[in-house]
Amino acid sequence: MTATQSVAAIGRRVLPGGNTLTVGIVILAAWVLVALLCPWIAPFDPISQDADATLLPPNPAHPFGTDNFGRDILSRVMWGTRIDLQICFIGVAFPFVLGTIVGAVSGYVGGALDTLLMRLIDIVLAFPFLVLMLAIIAILGPGISSFYIAMAMVGWVSYARLVRSQVLSLKHRDFILAARSLGYSHGRILFFHLLPNALASSIVFAMSDCVLVLLSGASVSYLGLGVQPPVAEWGVMVAEGQGFITTAWWITTFPGLAIVALAMGFSFLADGLGDKLGARP
Amino acid sequence: MTLLRVSDLTIQDRLGTALVDGVSLSVDRGEILGLVGESGSGKTLACRAMMRLLPGEGLTIRGGEIRLNGADVLTYGEKQMMAVRGREIGMIFQNPASHLNPVMTIGRQIAEGRRRHFGASRREARQHAIELLRQVGIPDPASRVDNYPHEFSGGMRQRAMIAVALACEPKLLIADEPTTALDVTVQMQVLHLLRDLRDRLGLAVILITHDLGVVAQTCDRIAVMYAGRLCETGGKREVLGAPLHPYTRGLIECQPSSDGGAGRMITIQGQPPLAQRFPAGCRFHPRCGSATAECASVQPEMRVEPGADSHAAACHHAASVVNRGMVHGH
Repeated sequence: MTATQSVAAIGRRVLPGGNTLTVGIVILAAWVLVALLCPWIAPFDPISQDADATLLPPNPAHPFGTDNFGRDILSRVMWGTRIDLQICFIGVAFPFVLGTIVGAVSGYVGGALDTLLMRLIDIVLAFPFLVLMLAIIAILGPGISSFYIAMAMVGWVSYARLVRSQVLSLKHRDFILAARSLGYSHGRILFFHLLPNALASSIVFAMSDCVLVLLSGASVSYLGLGVQPPVAEWGVMVAEGQGFITTAWWITTFPGLAIVALAMGFSFLADGLGDKLGARP
Repeated sequence: MTLLRVSDLTIQDRLGTALVDGVSLSVDRGEILGLVGESGSGKTLACRAMMRLLPGEGLTIRGGEIRLNGADVLTYGEKQMMAVRGREIGMIFQNPASHLNPVMTIGRQIAEGRRRHFGASRREARQHAIELLRQVGIPDPASRVDNYPHEFSGGMRQRAMIAVALACEPKLLIADEPTTALDVTVQMQVLHLLRDLRDRLGLAVILITHDLGVVAQTCDRIAVMYAGRLCETGGKREVLGAPLHPYTRGLIECQPSSDGGAGRMITIQGQPPLAQRFPAGCRFHPRCGSATAECASVQPEMRVEPGADSHAAACHHAASVVNRGMVHGH
């Protein structure tokens, strides 16, 4: 996650106190607030068109300007928060759960199963991330649910590797033996005793993975394979505005800035959490 | 009444070396058995075999019986063993800091066994955990029950670990060097707690240790192991007062005395043998002062001392050792 690390490095320089966790939480909380309140705080309907107000530059009535259909960019950015936060959450949750279970079982059981699963991971990793994802979406057909499925099928490998390495180092620890000596089953020991100790670094990784998922979601939508117009989504908005970039810069710039701001929130959160939990992905 | 009887237990590694060789032990209800020996003498391994939790791969139990209440646990399947572990035989360890789960509260770790083995409700198990913490001597248990292990001191962690084991109400507690990591005053408290539990609950305890001082204070009977074999068993008074085996004698002489002993500390010459190079015959003979040609070739059997009903030693010269000891005024 070079993007995350460089943002975090800038953050450390800007914030000498190193209080990145608080900054990340504040940024994210602000976005969540926007997503929750957008029906009340957005000045216009995000999809209603106004033929009299097309391609207006930023002005008091439309602080972020309007697009070629006369839709208010500010309102569309606000409503887009709902979709993009959802993309981050679901796009991370599925790979996280799947990868954690596979990695934990693989590391704990070991032997032939472990070898098999690790080779499977090698195969997935052999493909470039975006290419494999686009191929899966192309097979499933465009749409946001295809994006989630593709994300889960491609993204789980990172979590599986991370959790497996943690489980490998934890499974010979003394407290696991102690749990065995109390007569607990392997499943209980793995999921209730071992996994809580192994999750810190993958939670930190999940936060920085949110950035990647957000960018992939926006990219996939930009390519017309994810969220479909006219729904307000930042990647779609960037795509729609690209024809006007020389004459109406505001159509692409503001959703682009929103992507950057949300990604920074996650980056700061990941970095701060990493410091706090003593875990670095 | 005999709770656990181990007979002729043999544990081999991948190469076929017997790391534990023909060990026989028994523990009665309400009895504390001290299992004494140097590091690597197989005492921990023998006890792990009783739980069927041998460390590492390639170690197998070859022969022997481990009878718990008359039933041989070596014939049990994994499901049956899960009911034995914790519920019948509990285990506490040398280093409580690493044997407690760092991300679970003490209370939950104590309550979990209760919930698994007795089907107790969350509330009942928590009340029971508080009661157990009180019993093992944790002050203010109602507020301490929600602490994490790192919030406890070393001695309190050892008490907490004992409480975790006691939650399942085992009949036998295997205590693997429970006081080694503690300072002397806390050691005393923990040993006192073990004796107290024995008296109140009729708990049988196998206390693994290399510290004869601990044995002398705590145990009823002693079994001494050397290089995977049993050297000597018997009541505490007989074994410590009139040791039959030269190794036991050596161990006792190695104890620093408190009444102003003069000169160098006495030690046993040489090192215990590595598992791959166990000598033929008596495994102690290369380090033994009274070894003869017989000792180097014939493995001595455990022989009960004439006149003593349970004091036995595996030495060809058991009787002469006693005589020699008397001549030298020990």
